Parts: sequence; structure tokens; C-alpha cells
Amino acid sequence: MTGPFAPTAVVIGASAGGLKALSEILPHLPADYPLPIMVVVHIPPDKPSLIASLFDDKCAMVVSEAEDKEMIEGGHIYFAAPDYHLLVEKEGCLSLSADEEVLYSRPSIDLLFESAADAYEAGLIGIILSGANEDGAAGLRRIVFEGGRALVQTPETAMAQAMPEAALKACPSALSLSPSELLAELKEAGDSCLNA
Amino acid sequence: MPQLLPPVTLPNLTQNQKPPQIEDIELRLFLEAVFLKYHYDFRGYALASIKRRLLQACQKYECATFSDLQGLILRDPALMAELLAYLTVQVSELFRDPSYFRAIREKVVPHLKTYPSLKVWVAGCSTGEELYSMAILFREEGLEERTMFYATDINPEALKQAQAGVYSIDRIQTFTENHRQSGGKSSLSDYYTAAYGWATFDKSLRARTVFSDHSLATDAVFAETQFVSCRNVLIYFNRPLQTRAIGLFHESLSRNGFLGLGSRETLRFTSYADEFTEFSYGDRLYQKRGEG
Ligand SMILES: C[S@@+](CC[C@H](N)C(=O)[O-])C[C@H]1O[C@@H](n2cnc3c(N)ncnc32)[C@H](O)[C@@H]1O
Repeated sequence: MTGPFAPTAVVIGASAGGLKALSEILPHLPADYPLPIMVVVHIPPDKPSLIASLFDDKCAMVVSEAEDKEMIEGGHIYFAAPDYHLLVEKEGCLSLSADEEVLYSRPSIDLLFESAADAYEAGLIGIILSGANEDGAAGLRRIVFEGGRALVQTPETAMAQAMPEAALKACPSALSLSPSELLAELKEAGDSCLNA
Repeated sequence: MPQLLPPVTLPNLTQNQKPPQIEDIELRLFLEAVFLKYHYDFRGYALASIKRRLLQACQKYECATFSDLQGLILRDPALMAELLAYLTVQVSELFRDPSYFRAIREKVVPHLKTYPSLKVWVAGCSTGEELYSMAILFREEGLEERTMFYATDINPEALKQAQAGVYSIDRIQTFTENHRQSGGKSSLSDYYTAAYGWATFDKSLRARTVFSDHSLATDAVFAETQFVSCRNVLIYFNRPLQTRAIGLFHESLSRNGFLGLGSRETLRFTSYADEFTEFSYGDRLYQKRGEG
């Protein structure tokens, strides 16, 4: 890639132990954070999803569960709904899909990351947090391929290490960072977006 | 003062203004070719999902590009039938989202009971699970005798399976649990016979059903109905096509008729939002407005 990195969106994948990492990051971003953030957390399909309202209470940014065909906006955190995949459309909106599970997961981190990489290309930041499976590794590799930035929670700081380890293995160029460093990285990306 | 031209803005490379990638041009051309040759219209579908599935098809048929796949499909109608399995998503369950069916029982059925005869349209019925759920529910609620069901889809293979009503026995446990949670008043096992790993649903359940090939993207309304259930189909459409489909439902529904959508689907982004009231919003049940 030539030229400075100009971020336009953030995607995050989290599984077992990921909520803890998320709560060390998302509540500390300012209300006027310029980038949209799309998040997949693996949750049992039959559970009503409380995650969005949980984070809405704690975060300055607007938090909601993603609605089908909703326009993506900066300053907004979108959580994938249980039992549906979350995808980014090129015209700038979100789509849900009831497609088969991928790696036993629906929502699938890989599907969000791959569609977002296709839409945002080099402007995307992808983050893999704690988790006990390998979802997200292929998606993160796709982000790197498109010229985006890959960040992974340092396995030692994660409650479950398999997911960050798989992501690092798939993307050797990814930065491995603690939750507080991930937060700093996101804040910096927000600033560089505002100054761009 | 003469009209000024708008100031020249430097192109800012957000995803909206970027020139389409070659792959996306090829994807659109592929969908156009499928439409021109086979009249299956996927041009208004949400592309992220369709692109992913067609990339899988490219792998399967050893095509390097969508253009290669286009060349194959234009000359091989048998391949079109196979590709429908990629272009459409056949994932369903009996009483999927039990709370939806519970809400129908508790909130919609009392209204439906006031009608002497009923027509129910299950649009995008896939392999039949939603239709059988509805038929069982209507029997349990004493509405079956007065009801006629239409079950439609664009995938002929799915329609064939829907008509057969045979499901793998390992799915029965989930079906049974869903049925129970939906407020089922009988035992699900009353409705099927199990043998050799398959559960065959009683054909009396579909005695009052017309299965037919119908596309929400290209076909017109075929009957007046009192209840339309269309779940997890609209998510595959872009906004204009969602609006077309809802337009069909609106036209088909009688005054105060009911529309049920999938648990994450909404009318909010279509131009019909004001034509329906949110009858039971959490359950995604809408009612067509009476006036006009
Ligand atoms: C995910 S399934 C939903 C099955 C069922 N309604 C449910 O919610 O369990 C989507 C179905 O929509 C059908 N479909 C796709 N495009 C359609 C169209 N244009 N008109 C009618 N049905 C369509 C597909 O063939 C597939 O059977």
C-alpha cells in the first residue's frame, strides 16, 4: 500500500472471553468517534441478545443491534443479531443473512470481515479478540489482503487463546496488542480519520 | 445573477464512490445473463451474500471468474437448476422462532376467527417447514377447515420437498421443542410417522395447500389473502426489491390483514412503512391499515 492509512471502518470479532476485552475498549471511545464499528460476538442462538443494550448503557457511542438494510454511520456500534450473519454491502448498508453456519457459527466473524474487506478495502481495521475457536482467521487474512489493518488481542491477555492464536498464525503481519493498546490504536485511527 | 455551477469537490474515496471492481461488474453481468436466459431475477438481491455463494459455485465448477461461470450457464440449462442451490438459501425449521408462532396464536388467531373463510400465503416457503408449522397451528386453533394455504417459492427443488413433507429424523427434536415453546396444544408426533431415519408429515396437513412457483421479484399478486407470512426472504433483497415484495403483500392483503416477517426484518426501510401498523412489533407482526 502506498500513502497513509486512511481508516473508514472497524470490524471486531469476539467469542469466549471476548466480552471482557470489549468492555475494556468500547466504553472508552468518545461519542463523536468518527468510524462505524461492526461487532460479531458468538452467542447461543436462542438467547435474546442483551449485549447491545448492555453496551448501550456503558458506551458514549450509539450502540444497537444491527437491522437489515440499515445505513452504516460513523459514531455507531452495531452488534450482530443472534442466529443471523451480518454482512456489509458496498452501497454502505448492513445485510443480515440466514445462510448456513460457517465454522459452526452464526453470526460468523469470517463473513462479516470478508464482506467488510470487500466493501472498505484498505480503509478497514479488523480486530480479533479472545475466543476458543478459529473463526475470524480467514476474514482477517482477507482484510490484510485488501490492504487493511489487522489487530489481534495478545493471546496472553485473552481468556481464551485459540482464536487470537489462529488469527496470528493466519496473518503474521497482524499486530498483537493488549486491550488497552487496542483502544489506543482505535483512538489514533479515529483522530487520523478526523484530520484526513 | 447567473446560476453557479456547484463547487468542484475532490473525489473522496468512500466505498460509495469507488469505481466498481471488475469482479463486481462481472457479477452484475452474470445476474443479467441469468435473467435474460432463465427469467430468474436476482438483480435486486443484496449482493454481499450472493457474491459469496457464487464464489463457492465458481470453485465447485472450476471457474476462475463469474464471466466463466456465465459462459457455462448460458449454454447449460441443467446447470441453472444446480446453481439455484447457490443463489437461494434453503435454511428453515418447524416453528422457527417459537415466539413468532406463539404471538400468532395469542394475538392474530382471535382476529382470524371472526372470518368465515381465510386465505394464508406463506411466501418463500423453502422446503415446507413454515407451511407445516402454520398448518399444524391452524388445526390446533380450529381454523384449518375454513383456510386455504398458498405456499410459494422460486426454487422448484425446495417446492418438491415441501410437497413431500419428509424431514430427517435428527431434526425432530428441535422441531418438537420449538412446537412446544410456540404453545403447541398437541404432541408433534401426532403429525408425522417415523421410519428409516425420516419423519413423514401427514398429508392431510397439506390437503388445503396449493404449492406454486412464484417470484416476489417478477410475479404479480394471485389472490386476496388475510394473512401473509414471509420470513427470512426479504433480508436477501435490496431496499427497492423489498419494497416491491411488500407492495405485493399490501395488494394481496384484505383490509386489516396481517403480515408476519422474520425476527430481524422490518418494514422501516421500505416505502410501505406507513401503510401498516405495528401489530406486535417485537414479533414482527404487522397489520394493514384499514382506510384507503
Ligand atoms: C432462508 S429461506 C426461508 C425459509 C422460511 N421462510 C423460514 O423462514 O424458515 C429463503 C427462501 O426464499 C426463497 N426465495 C428467494 N428469492 C425468492 C423470490 N424472489 N420469491 C420467492 N421466494 C424466494 C428461497 O428459495 C428460499 O426458499
